[in-house]
Amino acid sequence: MERLVENAGGALTIQNIQPPVKRKPTAVLSHEDKENQKRVAEARKKYGRGRAVRLNQIKDKKLKSSLKRVEAKYQNAILEAKDAEILLENQEGFLQPEGELERTYKVRQDDITEAVGVQQARKSFDLNLDLGPYTVDYSRNGKQLLLAGQKGHIATCDWRSGKPGCELNLNETVRDVKWLHNNQYFAVAQKKHTYIYDSAGVEIHVLRKYVEATHLEFLPYHFLLAGVENSGFLRYTDTSTGQIVAELPTRKGPPTALAQNPYNAILHVGHQNGTVSLWSPNSTEPLVKIQTNAGAVRSCAVTRSGNYMLTGGSDSRLKLWDLRALKEVHNYSTHQPATSITISDRGLAAIGTGTSVTIWKDFFTTNSAHSVDPPKVQSPYLNWHTGSASNKPHTLSFCPFEDILGISHTTGFTSLIVPGAGEPNFDALELNPYETRKQRQETEVKSLLTKLQPETIALDPNFIGSLDVRSAEQRAREKDLDAPSREEEKMAKLKERNRGRGKNSALRRHLRKKGGKNIIDEKRVRMEQMRVEKAEREKERITGEKMDLGPALGRFVGALRK
Amino acid sequence: MKIKSLSRAAAPAGSDVARQPRNLDPAQHPFERAREYTRALNAVKMERMFAAPFVAQMGNGHVDGVYTMAKDPGSLERFASGSGDGVIKVWDLVSREEVWSTRGHDNIVKGLCWTPDRKLLSCATDKTVKLWDPHNSDKKDPPLATYVGQGAFTDITHHRTEAAFAASSSVISIYDTSRPSSAPTQTLRWPTSTDTITSVSFNQSETSILGSTSLDRAVILYDLRTSSPLHKVILTLSSNKIAWNPQEAFNFAIANEDHNIYVFDMRKMTRALNVLKDHVAAVMDVEFSPTGEELVSASYDRTIRLWNRDRGHSRDIYHTKRMQRVFSARWTPDNNFVLSGSDDGNIRLWRANASDRSGIKTARQQQKIEYDQALIRRYSHMPEIRKIRRHRHLPKTIKKAGDIKREELGAIKRKEENVRKHSKPGSMPRKSEREKMVLGTER
Repeated sequence: MERLVENAGGALTIQNIQPPVKRKPTAVLSHEDKENQKRVAEARKKYGRGRAVRLNQIKDKKLKSSLKRVEAKYQNAILEAKDAEILLENQEGFLQPEGELERTYKVRQDDITEAVGVQQARKSFDLNLDLGPYTVDYSRNGKQLLLAGQKGHIATCDWRSGKPGCELNLNETVRDVKWLHNNQYFAVAQKKHTYIYDSAGVEIHVLRKYVEATHLEFLPYHFLLAGVENSGFLRYTDTSTGQIVAELPTRKGPPTALAQNPYNAILHVGHQNGTVSLWSPNSTEPLVKIQTNAGAVRSCAVTRSGNYMLTGGSDSRLKLWDLRALKEVHNYSTHQPATSITISDRGLAAIGTGTSVTIWKDFFTTNSAHSVDPPKVQSPYLNWHTGSASNKPHTLSFCPFEDILGISHTTGFTSLIVPGAGEPNFDALELNPYETRKQRQETEVKSLLTKLQPETIALDPNFIGSLDVRSAEQRAREKDLDAPSREEEKMAKLKERNRGRGKNSALRRHLRKKGGKNIIDEKRVRMEQMRVEKAEREKERITGEKMDLGPALGRFVGALRK
Repeated sequence: MKIKSLSRAAAPAGSDVARQPRNLDPAQHPFERAREYTRALNAVKMERMFAAPFVAQMGNGHVDGVYTMAKDPGSLERFASGSGDGVIKVWDLVSREEVWSTRGHDNIVKGLCWTPDRKLLSCATDKTVKLWDPHNSDKKDPPLATYVGQGAFTDITHHRTEAAFAASSSVISIYDTSRPSSAPTQTLRWPTSTDTITSVSFNQSETSILGSTSLDRAVILYDLRTSSPLHKVILTLSSNKIAWNPQEAFNFAIANEDHNIYVFDMRKMTRALNVLKDHVAAVMDVEFSPTGEELVSASYDRTIRLWNRDRGHSRDIYHTKRMQRVFSARWTPDNNFVLSGSDDGNIRLWRANASDRSGIKTARQQQKIEYDQALIRRYSHMPEIRKIRRHRHLPKTIKKAGDIKREELGAIKRKEENVRKHSKPGSMPRKSEREKMVLGTER
């Protein structure tokens, strides 16, 4: 046992101190616990919605218990979602080299069609059309194909069964086409206005405000049809009500590219000067402006997760941007400018340059533990050439939920099989490629009921429903548009503080504070005398300087001192 | 080179049931928070759209105002009501018709209660308590027994198990119904109090505890075993009704003249467990729901309000153009409806949840209702949802009265703060709202 002993000098020392015992860790995780923890971590990674609340930091008992209950519910939900993965039926496609020397980009389309089943091979086809160059768009569930030739030819079809939908000859320039929320309506940017047709090809609406729109984009959850015009204006129309929601001047001349971020419904507009600006209908200024390329931005695409953006510019550069940190991740060079880019649900990027299309894999996948950014990819996944120098790919589009890349080019349309492109397991309550008529109608009503208001479009789509953590004061200030800004207020305060500058000499302050009005003692007399002497000295100095400078400059002497 | 392309098996031939596979990957469900919020907004709007609290009124009601009501504990569908002209009626909730009635008293029927063997006790200001057998007798039959007291009776309550009831006047008289004599076996009173007792109620779990409220602002608890008063609290104003919580037997609610309802724990009477504030006139009656989670109150401001036991403000307010001062309100034993008896002589039946429908629901309907409720709960903090959920159309007089009340209370509070600001620090400690009204307790 240790003892406290008093020395002769009166100091206390401790004797017989036991050496510290090395203790085992208080609890060792059993194998089962470890497995369980791993399982929770995996589930949380894929299905978790943000970080868990730290319960041990909460003082309020009532709040703590209710949060504990909520957290337990979340945990249970993500574990069940993870367990439900066993119900997923389909496996994604792949191209897998079997030897060291095999390369996936050497695989030709013929090899693929031979290797896959007959039914699948039929999905690879060519259409020769002569009113090109063509523009392609797949409906949101990938069932319908919409082709538009620049010279006014529009055709829709159920491409899997080869059943034609409608065919129109508009006899005027068509710049872009877009399916709306389902396969019943599509919008066409024509020579002057933008029109909306139904599935039978009947014109049902004219958007007269859209003058010479060059690119169209449809935001399905907000029911907004956005178009950018040659004048640089970006307009949003609510297709469920027909109201124009926003008209925003981009002020950068004719736009060169338009893409939507599927994660937060922000529109990315590419400009002639190599910038991409990010727009929401709620602000007349772009939310973000990014100088991506040195030349004009020719094409732009955003991944499904909304994390990365690819832009191709006239400077023959393909840039990969991280949209969370707003930083450039990689800079790839292309032989010719990338004129069209599209990104599949599983993260394959198809890039149309010159007369060829290259498909890249793992552009956006981070695998190493030491870097958050995806590594630079050295070789493409697949290649495809049009086969003639005059035939150039115009637009590219991956078909949702299929391993299909649709390429529309000068002389028609080509459907390519790209193994591994499509999301294998769809959620039928979200988008169903095999939906029946009744299901489509049901989905339409449901989606109209949950239509999101355009005000909810922001860089962070989850801001809605979260707590407003601004202080009441700050909120009041933001509400009152006439209130002075924080900087102005700070300046005003600073001004006020410095109001009496130069009035305080040490002597004068002493006299004011300590002087005592009616007490005239020895110290006070001395002080007064000092003050008089000081003033005289100052006067002498000024007159001396005045003499030196002469009458012309001498009058500034007093002022200069100040 | 291994090549595999995504291909899905076709639906099996002959099955026309559309399969709906799910994939819970968050990447396939963009904007889930915003869409869920929109759904919550729709749900709360639907809830208000379908809010139709008033169901029906009972038969033709009474000729005079309905001042008391009592549920038959042995039945889900029978209850009795007593009127200002001495008429007692028994009603059937299913047909909403009267099944028995009698002119039992010469004066206002102040209290009604059922005995465990389904007989009805009534007390009135004509100094009598009468025992009736509505289920087995005719209208014209005389009462089974009559008990005569010293003064006008104000309330009556029956013991849970024994053949005894308590009737209050200026004292509480305990009568034994198994004996032939019509004299009380016990009388209970606080030694110093002489004022009229306004309400009395037996605790149904701790069966010998009896609570009363009286005009001298006191709330008194008595114990029958010692036949003596236990505890007395004096509040700032007198109370009209005492009601025990059927699930938490130690808690009771008091309907007070100061527009508030106080929930007390009988073990600690120095402060209230909760103060329920919203009425703009004296609260005449209060009752806990059979689940003990909610309360209903009837007020002199011509409204009834529904409350959560642990919330300070009411969750709903019911009123109609023709409903006058409400003197009694009761939950039905199935917890789904609320009954109100008012000065205009009508007995009204209301839904306990205004947007609830009592028809049989399919599993999908039920699921949808539960999902909507969960959504509303989850987003109830959002300003838009809270606004829609809380909004009630109020009669002009009540809204005005509420505004005036708020202003006056604000002025009082402001003045108090000003006095506090100019007095010695610590000389005017702030008092919690829950103990403000307790003037003193005695044992």
